[in-house]
Amino acid sequence: MSLALLQEAVSYVPFAAIGAGLAAIGAGIGIGKIGGSAMEAMARQPEMQGKLQGSAIVLIAFVEAVALFAVVVSLIAK
Amino acid sequence: MQINTFKTLLLGLLLSLSFVVKANESIEEKSDEKDFNVTDMIMHHIKDAHDFHIMDWDGHAISFPLPVILWTNDGLVTFMSSEFHHNDDGTIVVEKGGQKFIKFHEEIYYANDEADHGSYVSFDPEHHPTNVAPLDFSITKLVFSMFMSMILLLLIFGFSARAYNRSENGVPTGIAKFTEPLIVFIRDEVAIPNIGEKHYKRFLPFLLTLFFFIWINNIMGLIPFFPFSGNLSGNIAFTGVLALITFIITTFVANKDYWKHIFWMPGVPVPMKLFLAPIEFMGIFIKPISLMIRLFANISAGHIIVLSLISLIFIAKSIWIAPASVIFSVFISVIEVLVVAIQAYIFTMLTALYIGSAMEEHEHEH
Repeated sequence: MSLALLQEAVSYVPFAAIGAGLAAIGAGIGIGKIGGSAMEAMARQPEMQGKLQGSAIVLIAFVEAVALFAVVVSLIAK
Repeated sequence: MQINTFKTLLLGLLLSLSFVVKANESIEEKSDEKDFNVTDMIMHHIKDAHDFHIMDWDGHAISFPLPVILWTNDGLVTFMSSEFHHNDDGTIVVEKGGQKFIKFHEEIYYANDEADHGSYVSFDPEHHPTNVAPLDFSITKLVFSMFMSMILLLLIFGFSARAYNRSENGVPTGIAKFTEPLIVFIRDEVAIPNIGEKHYKRFLPFLLTLFFFIWINNIMGLIPFFPFSGNLSGNIAFTGVLALITFIITTFVANKDYWKHIFWMPGVPVPMKLFLAPIEFMGIFIKPISLMIRLFANISAGHIIVLSLISLIFIAKSIWIAPASVIFSVFISVIEVLVVAIQAYIFTMLTALYIGSAMEEHEHEH
């Protein structure tokens, strides 16, 4: 395969979309860990449910923001 | 019973999917309309504009004209954006005060003397316009949205204040019943824990303004019809200015300990101090930049997701996609209602945290 053909092939790879997908995987793991720990903590101490839920949602928003940073970068890089 | 309904729904969805494929085939054969460009449509929706586009009717755009205010070489020039007749390719020239203006991709430039293929714009090799642009102070779509939200906030809090004046024992009445819990929440959950009992009162007005201003702009961006729907908090200039105010406040209220912890971190060996200083110094700027990008990205992403789901109908060119995409966009919109409140809260909370960390007093060496 010649170099020009390789470059042609590479130019069709949607790297920006792959980047956004990788960011989504990372955010998924992060949100999953937060959600899992929050559920566990709520099961152990049901009386703390309100506080735990509130802080879990805020933490999820932080993780989500990181994924959205990646989306913005892939929008720019496109 | 519930499971049965669910099964019926699922079956219905599966059946309609086969229709989707069929309908798709039959339409694609005779379709001769030009391709619908999703990216262009979405970018047009989330960007600023010189007129407020309401809808297209019979191929004609219906929009609300807004004033264009330019500071040119010969002073101030004003006219209504309707004089461009929805033109955005630089082909229609508006002549005011002996100067010619054109609009190209929502930017206003001085027009070239001669037209090239009907267009008065000239380009560099990367297809960026090379025309000179006057300073643009126009009341654009986003500025218009901002005025709307300012009026709304003034009304809401004006009425709240009146409600307190009227009530005899300080019990909130009317709209104050809605605003008081939020104000108390910001004071007790955001300002006091992060800034501390001693100083929080100085910063409470700023934090409250931030929270309500961001929140109301976010909500107005979610309402999809005319006087609202501007993507104001999804505009990086808007979030940038808010973050800049936070940066200025943090820098000016910072005490000796804050600067000491940045440039000469106490309690660590000297090589580590040298290593930490540049990192901590960059941190001063990265904190407001992350505030800016977080709000911008969250709100823009919300708009993009809803618009993409709606565009699925036009990508598939089939009405049978519509139920699914409408249900999904309603679902995302409901999540967005939550997200916009959380983002307003997080911006406020982080601002309080940064101010608090700048004013923190360390009694002992670490």
